[in-house]
Amino acid sequence: MPIVAADTAWVLVSSAMVMLMTPGVALFYGGMVRRKNFLSTMMMSFAALGLVGLLWVLYGYSLSFGPDRAGIMGGLDFIALAGVGQNPSPVYASTIPHLAFMIFQAMFAIITVALITGAVVERIKFSALLLFSALWLTFVYCPVAHWVWGNGGWLARIGALDFAGGTVVHIASGVSALALAIVLGPRRGFREGEPMEPGNIPMVAIGAGILWFGWFGFNAGSALTSGGLAASAFVATNISAAAAAFTWMMLGWAHRRPTLLGVATGAVAGLVAITPAAGFVSPIMGIPIGIGAAVLCYYCMLFRMKHGIDESLDVWAVHGMGGTWGALATGIFATVAVNSAGADGLLYGNPEQVLLQAAGIASVWAFAFGATWVLGKVVDRIIGLRVSATEETVGLDISQHGERAYGGQLR
Amino acid sequence: MKKIEAIIREEKLEPVRKALEDVGYFGMTVSEVSGRGRQGGIPLQWRVGEYRVEFLPKLKVEVVVMDEDVAPALGAITRTARTGEIGDGKIFIIPVEDAVRIRTGDSGGNAV
Repeated sequence: MPIVAADTAWVLVSSAMVMLMTPGVALFYGGMVRRKNFLSTMMMSFAALGLVGLLWVLYGYSLSFGPDRAGIMGGLDFIALAGVGQNPSPVYASTIPHLAFMIFQAMFAIITVALITGAVVERIKFSALLLFSALWLTFVYCPVAHWVWGNGGWLARIGALDFAGGTVVHIASGVSALALAIVLGPRRGFREGEPMEPGNIPMVAIGAGILWFGWFGFNAGSALTSGGLAASAFVATNISAAAAAFTWMMLGWAHRRPTLLGVATGAVAGLVAITPAAGFVSPIMGIPIGIGAAVLCYYCMLFRMKHGIDESLDVWAVHGMGGTWGALATGIFATVAVNSAGADGLLYGNPEQVLLQAAGIASVWAFAFGATWVLGKVVDRIIGLRVSATEETVGLDISQHGERAYGGQLR
Repeated sequence: MKKIEAIIREEKLEPVRKALEDVGYFGMTVSEVSGRGRQGGIPLQWRVGEYRVEFLPKLKVEVVVMDEDVAPALGAITRTARTGEIGDGKIFIIPVEDAVRIRTGDSGGNAV
């Protein structure tokens, strides 16, 4: 098939939008930690832009999307972009250059690694985080991306649906975040109930806004064509984000006050949940999906806090559980009337799709949790996961990076 | 010579400044401080649930006056900084040994 200019333009623009989401995550997370760790938290996301941006073109793309090996991994044929050029791939996105598909996928790998960092802020050693990130990309992200999206991947073959990364990006990062936080242990003072006051909530809101904007590239770009399906996914995305933001605001209000931090968090939860469903469901189904996401993630966050687990910025509650709900909801609300390449869900007379979705959820949960646990222990053994008590007290901005966010006095 | 150190509500700075000026005290130093009295902290909202902030923002106003001026200056501050609610703040009066005006080298009463 010849290259279609509109499709190529849309996927390239979408790639740039998804790239911007990672600085969005940096602000979203950075504003939520104490002021002494603002830069180090942002640094974790920017480091992913550098590190994963390289590893992806060197071998990550090949392990994920190279020719199938037993449904588990991609082969090494695309190492250093060998054979990935201006012509379309024969199996992925037949109307855009293979390079466009590759770089679109690169941005997904980058943000997925960045998302995990919310679990370990304010105490992880930077060198340990870098090593963990490289290992995690290689041994968790690449296989899972291949299972779900690779041509011949086993979850793709059985018919589990994931339009834009509910399992690959959000369940994988959220569940891994939980495992890594447990291996790493809580921040000093967390168990003693020291308040960990967000240092700059306006930055959190700006970060959430950038994420919301970029998510149109993430979800509507995942149509890989510029047309009706992209528009449908775009609208579904906005509806779910709005429904979840509004719902979270009201939940907070019922408890005490409607907060900006709550609206921003709710929006992200709604965006997460619509991700696997965006191109398979009728856009108006974004309403139940978004409301469900806000309620589920809100109570998962309370549950996490009640059990004293310092998964600091709730990557598990928002991405892990939001992604789980979204993947299940895809099995409930999907319809071939929206996307003939998809399937009908429970509401359209195909309850079996829910089981297929559950298989995808369960396997990615188990694999991501187990593999991350092992990788965390390995990194801890090699270089130590945690900074010293003094470094943690001083703050990671100074102790890990020799910079501070709020410097510059008049003298 | 005495230093009057008044910890007041942030929103009371303007009335306090004006009242001090009206009774003839122009010089003062103001700093942002945080602290707590019997009022304790306040609860703030996290993404879900809440946490307590134990120290609240206040302003500290420092005025140095001659001994005989303590009463009127004190009166100006207490009159204007008071709301009657918990959290109005405190005033401390501290003896001052000497004062020097840097520009002229004047000291003692001439410097304040």
